[in-house]
Amino acid sequence: MAIIVVEVMLKPEILDPQGQAVASALPRLGFTFAKSVRQGKRFEIEVAGEPTAEQLAEVEKAAHTLLSNPVIENFVVKVEK
Amino acid sequence: MRIGVVTFPGSLDDRSALRAIELAGGVAVPLFHGTNDLKEVQAVILPGGFSYGDYLRCGAISRFSPIMESIILAAEHGFPVLGICNGFQILCESHLLPGALTRNADLHFICADQKVSIENINTPWTRGYKKGQEIVIPIKNGEGSFQCSDETLKELEDEGRVVLRYVGKNPNGSRNLIAGISNKRGNVVGVMPHPEQAVENLTGPSEDGLMFFSSILKELVSK
Repeated sequence: MAIIVVEVMLKPEILDPQGQAVASALPRLGFTFAKSVRQGKRFEIEVAGEPTAEQLAEVEKAAHTLLSNPVIENFVVKVEK
Repeated sequence: MRIGVVTFPGSLDDRSALRAIELAGGVAVPLFHGTNDLKEVQAVILPGGFSYGDYLRCGAISRFSPIMESIILAAEHGFPVLGICNGFQILCESHLLPGALTRNADLHFICADQKVSIENINTPWTRGYKKGQEIVIPIKNGEGSFQCSDETLKELEDEGRVVLRYVGKNPNGSRNLIAGISNKRGNVVGVMPHPEQAVENLTGPSEDGLMFFSSILKELVSK
């Protein structure tokens, strides 16, 4: 069994007020390491057996049409065991 | 003149939109997301609300409903469509309109009476207004910040496709104070504020929104 992971992030030029809110909360808790924070989404898709090239191509397609909005977001597809 | 309003799971302002159509003198036809039957309506409104709980992204799941297949096809051939709030988000997710609506800059859900100016009267939904006319209608959303690429922004401005613009302070971080836009042809319009909630003085801040519905009815009669 493997997990196909799709990570979706807002494009760098798109304002991310959620990430900004997190970035400003961190120093209030004494965490001073963050220069900036961007927040995204992660999808874990379970498949039976090793993912095939066709499956990965299908996931890529799904990521483009549904899981992300290409107008404002980028995504990456990877496999985790 | 038959104007449809689509109810998605989680729609909120569908009844208000139906009521606004009737107040303007039209026949309001309820439509359902789960079929592709447009019931011979001559125009359609996608109402506000939280379709599919805003899961994934606002409008992202509604965009693939059976009724949207019919609407997308019809809209590409000039059928008039108005998306209000969540409806605007659905139109952007459907790529009938460019850009996207993202989280308000201050992260707050905003519910307020908002002054906006009518920037484009060359759409079937705004023809009854005067260009530059300022109206007050409610905004109520958490994800109303209009974002798009620099090229898209230039295209929208150069082609006069900004339909509504916020007046005064930018409420949500929208680029160029954009509150509503149209497609190239002008038949598809998306607005973040709610004209259907400003059709009677008893229940709204003004009657300024009624002209959206009178405009489309007049347009359909004259066809």
